[in-house]
Amino acid sequence: MYPPSFKLLVPQSLDEALKMLAEHGGEAKLLAGGHSLIPLMKLRLARPAYVIYLGKLKELSYIREEGDTIRVGALTTHSEIESSELLRERCPLLAETASKIGDRQVRNMGTIGGSIAHADPAADYPAALVALEAEVVLKSVNGERAVKVSDFIKGPYITDIDPQELITEIRIPVVNGAVGSSYEKLVFRASDFAIVGVAALIVLGKDGTAERVRVGMTGVAEGPVRAQGVEEELEGKKITEEDIDKASKKASEGLNPPSDIRASSEYRKAMAEALTRRALIKALSEAKKKA
Amino acid sequence: MPERRYLGKRIKRREDLRLLTGRGLFVDDLSLPGTVYAAFLRSSYAHARIKSIDTTRAEKISGVIGVFTGEYFKDKVQPLMTAWALTGADLKPIKWPVVVHDKARFIGDIVAVAVAEDPYTAYDALEAIEVEYEPLPVVTDMEEAVKPGAPVIHDEAPNNVAFTWRLTGGEDFDSIAAKADHVMRQRLVNHRLIPSAMETRGALAHYNASTGELTVWVTSQNPHVHRLIMSASLGIPEHKLRVIAPDVGGGFGSKIPVYPGELIVSRLAMDLGRPVKWMETRKENFMGTHHGRDHITDFEVAYTRKGEVLGLRVRTLANLGAYLSTAAPGVPTILYGTMLSGPYKIKSVDVEVKGVLTNTTPVDAYRGAGRPEATYLLERVMDLVARELGMDPADVRRVNLVEKAPYNAVTGLIYDSGRYREVFEEALKRAEYSKWREIQSKARKEGRLIGIGISSYIEMCGLAPSRIARATGFGLGLWESAVVRIHPSGKVTVYTGSHPHGQGEETTFAQIVAEELGVPIEDVEIVHGDTAQTPFGMGTYGSRTTPVGGGAIALAARRVKEKARRIAASLLEARVDDVEYSEGKFYVRGHPEKQVTIQEVALASYTADKLPEGEEPGLEATVFYDPENFTFPYGTHVCVVEIDKETFKPKILRYVAVDDIGVVVNPLIAEGQVHGGVIQGLAQALYEYAVFDEAGNLLTAGFNDYMIPTAIDTPNVESYFVETPSPHNPLGVKGVGETGTIASTAAVVNAVLDALSHLGIKHADMPLTPYKIWEILKEKGVKA
Repeated sequence: MYPPSFKLLVPQSLDEALKMLAEHGGEAKLLAGGHSLIPLMKLRLARPAYVIYLGKLKELSYIREEGDTIRVGALTTHSEIESSELLRERCPLLAETASKIGDRQVRNMGTIGGSIAHADPAADYPAALVALEAEVVLKSVNGERAVKVSDFIKGPYITDIDPQELITEIRIPVVNGAVGSSYEKLVFRASDFAIVGVAALIVLGKDGTAERVRVGMTGVAEGPVRAQGVEEELEGKKITEEDIDKASKKASEGLNPPSDIRASSEYRKAMAEALTRRALIKALSEAKKKA
Repeated sequence: MPERRYLGKRIKRREDLRLLTGRGLFVDDLSLPGTVYAAFLRSSYAHARIKSIDTTRAEKISGVIGVFTGEYFKDKVQPLMTAWALTGADLKPIKWPVVVHDKARFIGDIVAVAVAEDPYTAYDALEAIEVEYEPLPVVTDMEEAVKPGAPVIHDEAPNNVAFTWRLTGGEDFDSIAAKADHVMRQRLVNHRLIPSAMETRGALAHYNASTGELTVWVTSQNPHVHRLIMSASLGIPEHKLRVIAPDVGGGFGSKIPVYPGELIVSRLAMDLGRPVKWMETRKENFMGTHHGRDHITDFEVAYTRKGEVLGLRVRTLANLGAYLSTAAPGVPTILYGTMLSGPYKIKSVDVEVKGVLTNTTPVDAYRGAGRPEATYLLERVMDLVARELGMDPADVRRVNLVEKAPYNAVTGLIYDSGRYREVFEEALKRAEYSKWREIQSKARKEGRLIGIGISSYIEMCGLAPSRIARATGFGLGLWESAVVRIHPSGKVTVYTGSHPHGQGEETTFAQIVAEELGVPIEDVEIVHGDTAQTPFGMGTYGSRTTPVGGGAIALAARRVKEKARRIAASLLEARVDDVEYSEGKFYVRGHPEKQVTIQEVALASYTADKLPEGEEPGLEATVFYDPENFTFPYGTHVCVVEIDKETFKPKILRYVAVDDIGVVVNPLIAEGQVHGGVIQGLAQALYEYAVFDEAGNLLTAGFNDYMIPTAIDTPNVESYFVETPSPHNPLGVKGVGETGTIASTAAVVNAVLDALSHLGIKHADMPLTPYKIWEILKEKGVKA
């Protein structure tokens, strides 16, 4: 597997990278961890004239809490996210999701920005990020903008990114209080992309009623989706396991998941329900511990 | 018997230091000055006539040396034909042109070859070759392929049947069926697998026009066989062709055959006057290197109300793909049909196999080769019979197991040695079979899905002897060669015709020689893989390397030792009969102070001034060893699984293997072979499957789609050995390379189906992925 020839550009700063993108945007691809781009290039399915290697931009690798927002730099690796004490404390859903991506080697190289930019319809992060109502920050020489992840991913491998832009940051609103969360991922073989992945988040009020329920799913549609029927069913209730059993059945409402050689659309719908139930039960039990 | 110093010891693999530290030397590590690179354009269609090929644009790319089509090779390289001509089966003379010129018959067929200064440019050139195809109707399904009116792939086989092979043994099936209490019919699919060795295939060819010598480094399990076939196809005399298989990164059978690639680069090296190298990409490996298994079988089994299996009538279609690969015809016939009595006292076997041609990648030997398919069938039979009769599957096997060896199976094989029933009971005991049955019954009440699967197998391996190989139409004998050479300093070099490529025989062979000669193991080096160094030999496959190759080595070592004894007697001025040998020293019986070391004898054999009358100088022996019969390892594996009730994902809770592989040379390595084999077999049960679409495109052409289980997916495999020496070779060994793969597929499938048996599920075809299990239950209308 030999890619066609390309020019490798190695910017030393974000500004330099943005200038390169301004010049070559349409013909360039950004290289971070390389797990998506390099296989595509080797199969000659991606044929960029320029590859802009972002590895020197240490300024885009960070995890910090500022005010009511957690900011994760685009070049932060999955293993950094998985092992971040800040995230484990303040946003465990993202850390757990990162820990279930691929295998150790993939997590050591792959970055959150790269994963979001590639927008694989079965990627893990998007399920958690839509449940967390996170935003993607995009920058170009013309300025900066923030887009909700749910708007940013428009379809399989399709995003709302301009050829001149790069992702600099993921912003996650801090959720305080009695919060519980879980990411459930079904694979037939370890380290694969999800057959179905479900991220659940429950926030309990002082009296134990669910103030907020969020369910994000991956692998069941062209991009990440929220199970709004499930969320509505449970919000405002003092949730029991029976409630979750009942609500989970709504997880597949309106879905038309893909069929492929691994599994049928119908199986994925059944699994969306099963994993929603599992994720919610874990999230509820976590939230109750903190209530 | 003196205490063994090396044989039977857990000695670490000496090859691992180089292999694990990246110091192995594989074909792709080699490059000669001036090497150019070949890339192959594979067909865009699984079946198409080639109308025209325009190479002009590709040839103009800077760095491209040339582009060559089928027309170029047509008269220069003879097409490949199978080496296993299968006696009495009306085998059709199917030819495989190295580069196709008239039509392509599967998506791996090579349509053109680009040669460039570097591989990147060669692949650029492939994109610039313009081929005009006339697509033809495609058939990938073998049941469709044998129907009247199906697309014809080769004119030589108008109904796409390459051969029809029949074996009947024992009583007539119909008469035994008439006497039986029950006859059951079932259809079984043993689906297609892709061998997926860690190293893909490739070759580097160098031609010396001054001497007319061609040297080819190639990924091969059998370099001498490669040389013989390549010599015939290329028209280069055998003595001018040197084939070297350096370190080889696994094969599982896929590096036995000769393929177009090595012939193409060889011919181009001669024509271009520069070394030519080609290494498969992973995608090419999936598409172009042969696949394994792929049977559809309908069987009838006649049995009594006590569970005695009296007879089997088996009708199998074996998908052979678009061409007949080197050993392909023998795999679903000789290595399958003759094994259909298994370790059981079956009185009648009537098997017919049709080898079917389809527009798919050719199918040939894959770890176990025919024997896993036979074992799978028999072990499903045992479980199905148990189920029909309401018996415990263990009891059905107890009724049927062969009592003692030697045993004459109705298929004509003579099992060598074994304690089949003891091993069976030991496996059940070690796996705590009865306890698991209790757990299962409790778990079912809680709605949990736990299943227990048993698989008892016997396999013929140590592939030899020649008289049987030849009687089946195999193109060569099946023996093995060895040279044991003691140098003047007493150090030992061993040359073997086998070619281990991951199995660890550089270590186990050294153990054998060090034990036989009483020298330190560090003093023994094993050389293999180079036709210029080793005598003609048959290579490594069919679990034959230690029984046959090791047997040859042991005999050569013994012969050397006898010569050394004669020389020692002369040095000690004693009678040969009075000279004894122990731990590297010869001494006169009753006078242990009168002794010489084997090193001193070695030196004396080369100084040659004190040799006995008529003794030749030097200290070495060459042995060509043709065993009297196959060896027959056997064993019982037990698997316990639990299926998740929501995702339907099966998890293996326990896996126990008890195998009798005869004398165990190195338990550490043997256990490793069992572990790897079991995982490769359970992969078929639960994970791996090759899928072609209707147009003949391979949908599983990479590791992302073709599901090889990872280390994380695999269970702990508990491996135990029982040793009953085989009388068929000097070491008493039986072979271990394939036991795990042969046994485990059935053990795991039986366990999964056992977990579902109370839900009305009798049989389902592999692979039993979570989706498949969900689907089976849904079809049955079962809510688990």
